[in-house]
Amino acid sequence: MKLITTIIKPFKLDEVKDALKSAGVQGMTVSEVKGFGRQGGHTETYRGSEYAIDFVPKVRIELVVDDSQVDSVVDTIRTAAATGKIGDGKIWITDVSNIIRIRTGEVGPDAV
Amino acid sequence: MYAATIDQGATAWVLMSIALVAFMTPGLAFFYGGMVRAKNVLGMLIQNIFAMGLISVLWAAVGFSLAFGGTGKYIGNFDFALMKDLATLESLPGYTGDFALVIPIVAFFAFQMMFAVITPALITGATADRLKFSAYAILIGVWAVVVYPAVARWVFSPNGWLFQRGALDFAGGAVVHINAGAAALAVILVLGNRKGWPREAMPPHNLPFTVLGTGILWFGWFGFNAGSALAANGLASQALVNTHLAAASAMLSWLLVEKLRAGHATTLGAASGAVAGLVAITPCAGFVGGMAPIIIGLTAGAVCYLALALKNAFKFDDSLDVIAVHLVGGILGAILLGFFADTKVNSLGFDGVLFGGGSKLLVNQFIAIGATFAFSFIVTYVVARIIDATIGLRVSAEEELVGLDQSQHSEAAYQ
Repeated sequence: MKLITTIIKPFKLDEVKDALKSAGVQGMTVSEVKGFGRQGGHTETYRGSEYAIDFVPKVRIELVVDDSQVDSVVDTIRTAAATGKIGDGKIWITDVSNIIRIRTGEVGPDAV
Repeated sequence: MYAATIDQGATAWVLMSIALVAFMTPGLAFFYGGMVRAKNVLGMLIQNIFAMGLISVLWAAVGFSLAFGGTGKYIGNFDFALMKDLATLESLPGYTGDFALVIPIVAFFAFQMMFAVITPALITGATADRLKFSAYAILIGVWAVVVYPAVARWVFSPNGWLFQRGALDFAGGAVVHINAGAAALAVILVLGNRKGWPREAMPPHNLPFTVLGTGILWFGWFGFNAGSALAANGLASQALVNTHLAAASAMLSWLLVEKLRAGHATTLGAASGAVAGLVAITPCAGFVGGMAPIIIGLTAGAVCYLALALKNAFKFDDSLDVIAVHLVGGILGAILLGFFADTKVNSLGFDGVLFGGGSKLLVNQFIAIGATFAFSFIVTYVVARIIDATIGLRVSAEEELVGLDQSQHSEAAYQ
């Protein structure tokens, strides 16, 4: 089992969610976050004074999938989240040692 | 109860104008409130609303009498203190002949009260995010007694020395804007800069509030300027048209200069430009006509934008640009009036340089600007120093970091 974490542009959330649902993903956790990567934030100008805004709003999606799904999920996210412009975000994959479904007590892949 | 000289149309318009000008202070609260950071928005709103409470009561107690009582050139007296005789008074000292009031004195009292309320509230834009609330209350309370009535006397009252010299100020370019701008500068020189300014970004937290506030100010300004005709006639109509055209054209020139210099036409720029135009037309509103308001507005939008650079050049943290917009805008309006004043618009005024009046009016305008600035700056500076030495003007570093909403008022605007 893997935890797939991805940071995407906020306006891409709906497209990514719909694509993942179509690809058979059954659940995900979404949070609004701020950060910067190589994009390096942006600038805003108020009454002639320019401010550097380091942290840009982003959306983080976390989902746990079975090992066999990883490649297709990563492809799905990449396809749906890409704009080709700087700031599209990242995907990273982490090993998960176990999962427990709280309601039923199921463990491992059954709980995904 | 009143003499037959009361004009019902004039009275109706002035009563309406009182409400319009009263609405400007909450408008100013939102104009400024949107520009501060989220942790200070209530601090800004309450400081403005509080002026409606405190200054109104002080105006009734002594302010009006000090501004309009008696026959002194420099200050009034206590004849009308605690609203004595205001309900039955038929005329005010100095307001005779051409200047005779055709509205009840108590309506004039209320109209002037709204001016006295908004003027110290303007200072809050410069002192944003760091002025202690108790110090603010004392500062504007003292200011509303020792500074405002004197300048109102000099400029507005026919007994005032600047009025008698022949300086013109239709609706308060000097009394309201130069006066408040000079006071703002004096206070921030004692108060100091916000922690982290200008290194740290302090962007506006809610520009939609600022646009809302601009709309309320623009709307209320029709009462401020056209109401200052104290009549419902051609002059009031001209003042209303001038007010609108100056705001409109100043917005355009601000946006144009901003686009050329900074790359974008901004929402904050549109709002600021309109207010700069409203400020500059204030002294001129009932003395100019034709294309003058558009020329005054176009000039104000560009000059006030360029004046934003002053605070960075001199390193004083005029947080929301009260000096660039109100002090510079007010001075600019007073000077331009020396060129554009036209007795065909208002026979009680004087002709400016461009209408055959020579430099006489212009010189008087400079004297009015200099006297208002010097008096307001010096007295305010002394008052601010005394408050700072006793109870302290400024919140602690920790309170400033937490924000005024929590540290001064134990509230949060947003949950």
